[in-house]
Amino acid sequence: MSDARLLILVLALPFLGSILAAFLPTRARNAASFMAGLIGLIASALLLSFYSTLATGQTVRHVAPWLPSLGLDFTLRLSGFTWLFALLVLGIGTLVVLYARYYMSEEDPVPRFFSFLLAFMGSMLGVVLSGNLIQIVFFWEMTSLFSFLLIGYWHHNQSARDGARIALIVTCLGGVCLLVGMLLLGHIAGSYDLDVVLGRGDIVRAHALYLPMLILILIGAFTKSAQFPFQFWLPHAMSAPTPVSAYLHSATMVKAGIFLLILLWPVLAGTQIWYLIVVTIGLATLLVGAWSAIFQHDLKGLLAYSTISHLGLITLLLGLGSPLGLVAAIFHTVNHATFKASLFMAAGIIDHETGTRDLRKLSGLMKFMPITATLAMVAAAAMAGVPLLNGFLSKEMFLAEALESQSGTLLDWALPILATLASMFSVLYSIRFIHQTFFGPPPVDLPHTPHEAPHWMRLPIEILVLACLVVGIIPTLTIGPLLQIAVRSVLGDRTPDYSLAIWHGFNMPLLMSVIALVGGVLLYRRFGGRLNAMTNSPFIGRLKGRRTFETVLAALIDGASALHRMVSTKRLQVQLRILIVVTLAAGSIGFLTYGYSVGNGPTIMLDPIFAVLWILGGASAIGAAVQAKFHRLAALAMVGVAGLSTCISFIWLSAPDLGLTQLLVESITLVLMLLGLRWLPQRLPEFWPGGRTPFNVRLRRGGDILIAVAAGLGAAAIAYAMMTRPEPEGISRFFLEQAYHGGGGTNVVNVILVDFRSFDTLGEITVLAIVALTVFSLLRRFRPAAESVELPVQQKVQNAFDAGREDREHGDTAAHYLLVPRVIMEWMFPIILTCALYFLIRGHDLPGGGFAGGVTASIAILLLYMASGTRSVEARLNIQPVRWISVGLMFAVLTGMAAWLAGYPLLSTYFSYLELPLIGDMPVASALLFDIGVFSVVVGTTALILIALAHQSIRTPRAPKPEKAPDKIPDMEGDT
Amino acid sequence: MNWPILALAITAAQVLLGLAMGCAVYRVFRGPRAQDRVLGLDALYLSGMLLLLTYGIQTGRTLFFEAALVIALLGFAGTVALAKFLMRGEVIE
Repeated sequence: MSDARLLILVLALPFLGSILAAFLPTRARNAASFMAGLIGLIASALLLSFYSTLATGQTVRHVAPWLPSLGLDFTLRLSGFTWLFALLVLGIGTLVVLYARYYMSEEDPVPRFFSFLLAFMGSMLGVVLSGNLIQIVFFWEMTSLFSFLLIGYWHHNQSARDGARIALIVTCLGGVCLLVGMLLLGHIAGSYDLDVVLGRGDIVRAHALYLPMLILILIGAFTKSAQFPFQFWLPHAMSAPTPVSAYLHSATMVKAGIFLLILLWPVLAGTQIWYLIVVTIGLATLLVGAWSAIFQHDLKGLLAYSTISHLGLITLLLGLGSPLGLVAAIFHTVNHATFKASLFMAAGIIDHETGTRDLRKLSGLMKFMPITATLAMVAAAAMAGVPLLNGFLSKEMFLAEALESQSGTLLDWALPILATLASMFSVLYSIRFIHQTFFGPPPVDLPHTPHEAPHWMRLPIEILVLACLVVGIIPTLTIGPLLQIAVRSVLGDRTPDYSLAIWHGFNMPLLMSVIALVGGVLLYRRFGGRLNAMTNSPFIGRLKGRRTFETVLAALIDGASALHRMVSTKRLQVQLRILIVVTLAAGSIGFLTYGYSVGNGPTIMLDPIFAVLWILGGASAIGAAVQAKFHRLAALAMVGVAGLSTCISFIWLSAPDLGLTQLLVESITLVLMLLGLRWLPQRLPEFWPGGRTPFNVRLRRGGDILIAVAAGLGAAAIAYAMMTRPEPEGISRFFLEQAYHGGGGTNVVNVILVDFRSFDTLGEITVLAIVALTVFSLLRRFRPAAESVELPVQQKVQNAFDAGREDREHGDTAAHYLLVPRVIMEWMFPIILTCALYFLIRGHDLPGGGFAGGVTASIAILLLYMASGTRSVEARLNIQPVRWISVGLMFAVLTGMAAWLAGYPLLSTYFSYLELPLIGDMPVASALLFDIGVFSVVVGTTALILIALAHQSIRTPRAPKPEKAPDKIPDMEGDT
Repeated sequence: MNWPILALAITAAQVLLGLAMGCAVYRVFRGPRAQDRVLGLDALYLSGMLLLLTYGIQTGRTLFFEAALVIALLGFAGTVALAKFLMRGEVIE
């Protein structure tokens, strides 16, 4: 079905727009908003084109297999309900874009705002259009992330940062629960595909894991939809720009939880426990939200709590578990989005034009902004549930459902009363909102003189209010068909008969409505004047959601740090001791349980020369360990001895590739360590009081030696036991057999690296590049220890000697001493480079390869630096290591991708042999190109680290600052 | 053919080179000066390279020669670095 392709476009458009907007100049307000609006319109139009398909009751699906073995596919699914919701997301999103164009100030970096907004739109569409449980969670988390960025958009503002943080933590906590819940649901239903899950409701509800799964999913939905007791994040999120509040915190994101509950309603709803949890939470939220809204003095705060209460209402409807309740829930979701978004926008206009949102300061704005006032009044009347407006219709349905509840619990008779009470509160705060703002004496002391907002800014409100009216007056002609499609797609055959008529005759719901309206008006007349003096909502004002949240968070962090202090240490010695003791203990268990036996494999005669070599190497290793603390240079020399004996052993024991590479690495490691040694402060032997090492120190050292000896002997014993047994059949035979036929090379090691396991190699060189860049950036901020900053003693002596003689210039001593070595080393440069190229080219068939070649080449560079000094080399030779690295990575990746052109998987190799004059048969494998990439990365990496270290010596030291405390973090200014 | 003589000579060379390596390592251990240790290490590299050559002659495999070539070509880098460090206090100025 070609329709499915369009669906991808609908989802991709906002994300593309987001990326585009991010690249617009900071002040491009018009361009960014125009593009965002255009994207909203196009996507809406594309979505509308699905109407005819969906009207027949079909579901549009697009499946792109991703990890089919794990049941994870990228699935897009469009049913009537998700279509309606997606339309809401796109439609209101487009209106909000138009509104934001006029709301946002010219000083704000507006493209960033639209970039986030579009990305949020895309994420929200992702939640709505996903047909896979895990995919829903993925987009769900993205909405949390972009909501965080949008709330914190004015990040210079402390309350914006706090609000963003609270929202992120609460919604992400829910996100984690949701993920686990979805995994459980997928496990129970046997598939992550939404359509499959929807068809297995009976299995799910009867499963033993139903309850934990339900609770986890509900926590996810409730945190997102600001249900009690997680409601506290929503009022704090009001520090976001008002378009964000209008979009995210009234129409879309907070509805994601509701959306999920409706989506999974056929699977999850219908049990007693569902009824109890969801109805109770919904009812609590409804009442808490409505009650708190009455006592807010901030316009947006009032709207936020009212949103919480309406979300509670919808949750309550879903909890009832009756199909009619679901109809009412969907209907009210749409209605609430329209009137609440317009109210938020109106509040934004008031804030924008008067400079305050404080209800106590506002008054009599009717004269100044009559149009906005009229629009806000209609929207507020819809919120209060006045007849002929859409809010009335869904509220009637709600009241009717509240009467119908039959669960056999206390809730049955409490529900109608509490529902009426909540409606009464709703009327009360709606009247307060309108009366306080628009009526009464003219305002005094406002930051700005109020006036009407520009027409284009009012247009979105006008459209939304028109929708409220039209739906409220002729529901069957407007929302009727859409609602029918949506309900049918969720309920299928269980779709109940419902009537959208305005007049159902004199019945209980109407009576309750009238009571609520009249009661609300009376309450406002009686108590309205006193509300302004209240600082806190009575009864529940003491429930400080935020304070509790911060306390819990602080306790968590404290607990984590305490635990960290308890089980962790910064001392390497302790960590190593624990590590080795545990390993030793684990090994001993096996040893004690099964005993120890030596295999009966063939043994060979020990070569006495090698015995000598190994004894020398082993002794040097121990010597290096002993000397490492106080005589680093001696230790380095000994490490060199141990390294050489290892290399010779490798070569002797038929691992020429390894031996060759190890030899090269030995040389370069030694030099790199010496480069670092220059900056390490001198270490002085410790002096114990009385000249005797204390007993506990000797005890600890003795223990450490014992541990070391035991671990070393154990490892040797294991190695001996392993090697005397016949070799098990591994994968090496496959590699040996396939290297030439499959990879075109006789050097199996190299073929493994650049062909069989080239993906691993690609990853390794990427890591190598990252490490080099990290070292480079760390060294840019490197501050040597105070005692290492000065010139080394030798240089001082030699400089003083040069300065003392008239026939000598500064640096002559060094230059004269180094003359002969310098000439040799400079002449060696081309020879070593040739050798490096030779290693690289022949690597596929004989020991060598990109890595060995690269290290060889970097040794050549290193020698040059040592011989002539940094300044002299860089005046003649411009090595650009970062370019080497990037070119190398590109080379490797492009070579790998070239296989796609031929229709093979990534990194497949091609090879043949080319007859070259003088050189002979030259293997032309694409693996060679890959190896060139490896070569380049290795050269670049080594050169980058080397140059970064070498540059430390020619940096001008900063003037010492004696007044500065030594333990302070160095300031982060860059230096020359 | 003088195989026995060649074999004998190679074995003798190996034994002597082994001894030489022992002496070099002794210098690395004892010092007394840092310069002695560096010279010891250099002598060790040299002996190691020659040892590989004798093995190459003994077994007839060319791989030993290549390894010896690498030591000959690049083994001095470490010595140079150490020497420069001792002379100037840092490797690259």
